Amino acid sequence: MPVTTLDGHEVHVDNGGFMTEYDEWDEDLARVLAAQIGIDLTDAHWKVVRFLREDYRTQGETATTRRVHAVGGTPVKEQFALFPKKPAKKMAYVAGLPKPHGCV
Amino acid sequence: MTTTMTTTKTAPLVPAFDEAETDRKLAVICSKGSLDMAYPGLILANAALGEGIETHLFFTFWGFDMITKSRMHNLQFSPAGNAAMHLPGRDAHLPQVLAPIPGMTTMATKMLKKQIADVGVPEVPDFLEQIVAAGGHLWACRMSADMNKVTTADLRDDVEGIISASDFIDLTDGAQLLFI
Repeated sequence: MPVTTLDGHEVHVDNGGFMTEYDEWDEDLARVLAAQIGIDLTDAHWKVVRFLREDYRTQGETATTRRVHAVGGTPVKEQFALFPKKPAKKMAYVAGLPKPHGCV
Repeated sequence: MTTTMTTTKTAPLVPAFDEAETDRKLAVICSKGSLDMAYPGLILANAALGEGIETHLFFTFWGFDMITKSRMHNLQFSPAGNAAMHLPGRDAHLPQVLAPIPGMTTMATKMLKKQIADVGVPEVPDFLEQIVAAGGHLWACRMSADMNKVTTADLRDDVEGIISASDFIDLTDGAQLLFI
């Protein structure tokens, strides 16, 4: 597994650049990750990111857009506005989680 | 993973989300109105939208039931004529002679709906709503509408129009196409 350095943080990532160690993430790092993909985190982004972190901790897998909508309370349309084009992957990236496995 | 080899990169490793700005398009023709055949097109359309791909769905023939307000909540799944149907939780096939018995379709529909709900996948009307929210486009087939004396008032409000097959082909110029 590669190790990459982001703004002074050394983090383990997979070959696609997604973080692989849940505990290496913190909210400062989330801002750095978001900046890497051109996103400035607002309260609405934080609501999604914090939901993803908490949901992963209890479920052991990354929530899909459907789950972020149905359980996390951020509608699909808003997810696309916050994390344009590829919301599922971008949300997971910023939250320091693996890409979601679910189809829907 | 059996190796523990670690490589340290100096430049940050970042996913290439927007690097390849794509003009990829997907067109899905939904021609079936049974519950089991409604899903493949919706799942693929939804997946494509999640990858930033422009996606258009064209509903024709029996697929019209998926977007018809009075029918979209009642799509059914029947084991009749489906030789792949197994007995619940078993490898044995359901004997076809049992498939048409009264109540079988209702039971099979109920079971399939539960299995779909169990994996967190929405029912067809909700799924279409999600697809539209994700930027998907819904189109209805002109010939099917004329045959069934259906107008836009009978269809979901988010259907963008009743269009001819040639309009759809024109609209999806260069798209990859799925016929389901």
